[in-house]
Amino acid sequence: MTAFYGVELSNRLMLGTAQYPSPAILAEAVRAAGVDVVTVSLRRESAERRDGQAFWDLIRALGVRVLPNTAGCHSVKEAVTTAEMAREVFGTPWVKLEVIGEHDSLQPDLFGLVEAAEILSAEGFQVFPYTTEDLVAAGRLLDAGCEVLMPWGAPIGSGLGLNNLYGLRSLRAHFPDVPLVIDAGVGLPSHAAAAMELGYDAVLLNTAVAKAGDPVAMAAAFSQAIAAGRAAFEADPMEPRDMAAPSTPVIGKAFLG
Amino acid sequence: MRIVLNGKPCDVARERLDAVLEELGYQGDTVATAVNGAFVGRRVRGETTLGEGDQLEVIAPMQGG
Repeated sequence: MTAFYGVELSNRLMLGTAQYPSPAILAEAVRAAGVDVVTVSLRRESAERRDGQAFWDLIRALGVRVLPNTAGCHSVKEAVTTAEMAREVFGTPWVKLEVIGEHDSLQPDLFGLVEAAEILSAEGFQVFPYTTEDLVAAGRLLDAGCEVLMPWGAPIGSGLGLNNLYGLRSLRAHFPDVPLVIDAGVGLPSHAAAAMELGYDAVLLNTAVAKAGDPVAMAAAFSQAIAAGRAAFEADPMEPRDMAAPSTPVIGKAFLG
Repeated sequence: MRIVLNGKPCDVARERLDAVLEELGYQGDTVATAVNGAFVGRRVRGETTLGEGDQLEVIAPMQGG
């Protein structure tokens, strides 16, 4: 089993916790999928409403590991400070590092990402960088201390699936020993299965489950697809070919004119 | 003393950060703090003093993807 900073997971699906119809449906989806890891975030807390405390109680009751993100951060300073706050609140050195560089695509700012990853790794964080399939950036992130890479499949929340199969296959081939997680853009279980068939180690998604008509059923469907895709990868799939090849033996076929 | 709490003006009587949090009703809550954009850890809240106009961010867990 792949280890993420020394932690082996029993389920290769990591699930986001945002946008569900209700906290109860979120909890049910997490249980239905049987995930070990959920992503969480941080926002301003009102002493009167105390929304954050209620959410944190819900997550703790699920008994899952949390991966805090730095979502919405557009600068290195903002992302680093958010990570520092997340480490104290959630009590984990794990951080899903997002430094957003472009508003429409929410594409990561790879330059800022590398800089922030260097700072946080030096501070003892275990960084899961939200990146693209760019090979050079991947190398720089590993040099910065990252031991996991999380390339996008497609823009966050788009549900478009794996937009650049060549790039993702190339990333897998260049870094065969680095745990790779597809993060963002996955819309269907077939997209997630395809990522696993490429040899990716896990898939992180949120909107595809939370915005499904039945989030609980969809969470289970993704979990099954990811397990199936991984099993297929490990079973060493056949090579595709252009021409037909009869699967039924022709030797001994009756001569009937 | 008037500070800026989570982006809004707020009057507080105390100056030490741990005391200000208590005054504002956050005692016992799982929150992290930043003053003027810099993270202030739980252990140093008692040594951190706020001044007029300081920007205090109090943040807590929330849903995320």
